[in-house]
Amino acid sequence: MKLSLPLLFDIPAPGTSFTDLLKTLGYTASLDIGGAAESLRTPEGTTVLALRFQGGVVMIGDRQATEGNQVAHREIRKVFPADLFSAVAIAGTAGLAIEMVRLFQVELEHYEKIEGSRLSLEGKAAFLARLVRSQLPMAFQGLFVVPLFAGYDLLSGRGRLYTYDVVGGRYEENNFGSTGSGASLAKSYLRANFADNFTAEQAVDVGVGALVSAAQEDTATGGPDLRRGIFPTVLVIDSDGVKELSDTEVRPAAEKAVENIR
Amino acid sequence: MTFPIYVAPEQVVREKSEFARKGIARGRSIAAIEYADGVLLLAENPSTALKKISEVYDRIAFAGVGRYNEFELLRKAGIRQADLMGYLYSRDDVNAQAVASMFSEALGAIFSREPKPYEVEVLIAEVGDPNRLYRISYDGTLFDERRVAAIGGKAEVLAENLRKAWKEGLDVEAALAIGKEAFRAAEGRESEGWEAAVLDRTNGRRAFRRLQLSE
Repeated sequence: MKLSLPLLFDIPAPGTSFTDLLKTLGYTASLDIGGAAESLRTPEGTTVLALRFQGGVVMIGDRQATEGNQVAHREIRKVFPADLFSAVAIAGTAGLAIEMVRLFQVELEHYEKIEGSRLSLEGKAAFLARLVRSQLPMAFQGLFVVPLFAGYDLLSGRGRLYTYDVVGGRYEENNFGSTGSGASLAKSYLRANFADNFTAEQAVDVGVGALVSAAQEDTATGGPDLRRGIFPTVLVIDSDGVKELSDTEVRPAAEKAVENIR
Repeated sequence: MTFPIYVAPEQVVREKSEFARKGIARGRSIAAIEYADGVLLLAENPSTALKKISEVYDRIAFAGVGRYNEFELLRKAGIRQADLMGYLYSRDDVNAQAVASMFSEALGAIFSREPKPYEVEVLIAEVGDPNRLYRISYDGTLFDERRVAAIGGKAEVLAENLRKAWKEGLDVEAALAIGKEAFRAAEGRESEGWEAAVLDRTNGRRAFRRLQLSE
């Protein structure tokens, strides 16, 4: 199929950023929606978290999207590999967040292909902050996206993670971080149970535990649904790259966490 | 009032072609060879920093010979077009033909409009069923090749050598051996360094991998 795109040869070189290219070509959506958003009801993603272990970082997200007091989607995905060595998780307005992740993924790959080398983890985190900040006008109208970013830093040889706020503030966390409606609950659990010398397996157990704990108090967070076979998304990132655990691998941790509920 | 001197279009085209060909002939060549699991791209390139072969998209690769700054512009334009199409539509909607015809249009326009044509030749490879090999010359002419393709100063001899040696169902090592031998025969000397990459369908979504050759 031949599409009638402009000759990308003729446009003024927008550097290496794919997002800037979209802007140059006028493909970015207008963000000026006035006060209309206040009456909008859109699905929102809820709790996602990440924690470090020896040699990497684990990222976990629940699967539920809520719309007001209703479940909008039961099997939505909120944790995505960003590239080979990093992952991004999202909370907030699902539609905007998923699009932001897609743009972020293309951006990282675009940079890698144009420049012939990968961005540093710090560089990726900084770029994500820019994407969040570009949504600021929408955030004032109640449509916000707050990501969580984690990856294996090839330069320092360890897992690192970053939390963000709605204006694009970026905060590197030492051990664990969480965002979304159940974040404070998940963080209390992690604060009580985190240890510096975790293996990947232990980190997955504690992470899933934190998510289940948050789901007990926060109605918007969906815990593991053992009957339907819906389990949290779990990504393990270490020097080998990003690995997604299968449902059969997550099930034991989920069952243990559900059993421990008091 | 002065009039510009009239030069017949035939003469303009001939002289521009000659100029571009001379520029390309000075550079080293690149070969593309289909093998069982994909496409091998092999370039004679003594530099380990400056690359002539690059990834464009999931199943598409680029190779360029001639002036570095000129094919580098083309390479980046190709990546931009592919990423843009994949982002606006779907990753499945990106194909080598669209990229190749964009190059063809751009090089054709530059050849006829600009005083100095680009001294480049580029190759676009795509792994799929079937594989695709496109060769675009300095004036925008687009060639659709099969099994093997070559660009650069010794392209014709090289392609001929490759065609003779090519067999169905080669593995990557065999394709590499054929490629190296074809270069040796075409250039009449040992290589000063290789740059090699594959588009291999067993590599998952991103089929492109650079090969580290010990030689």
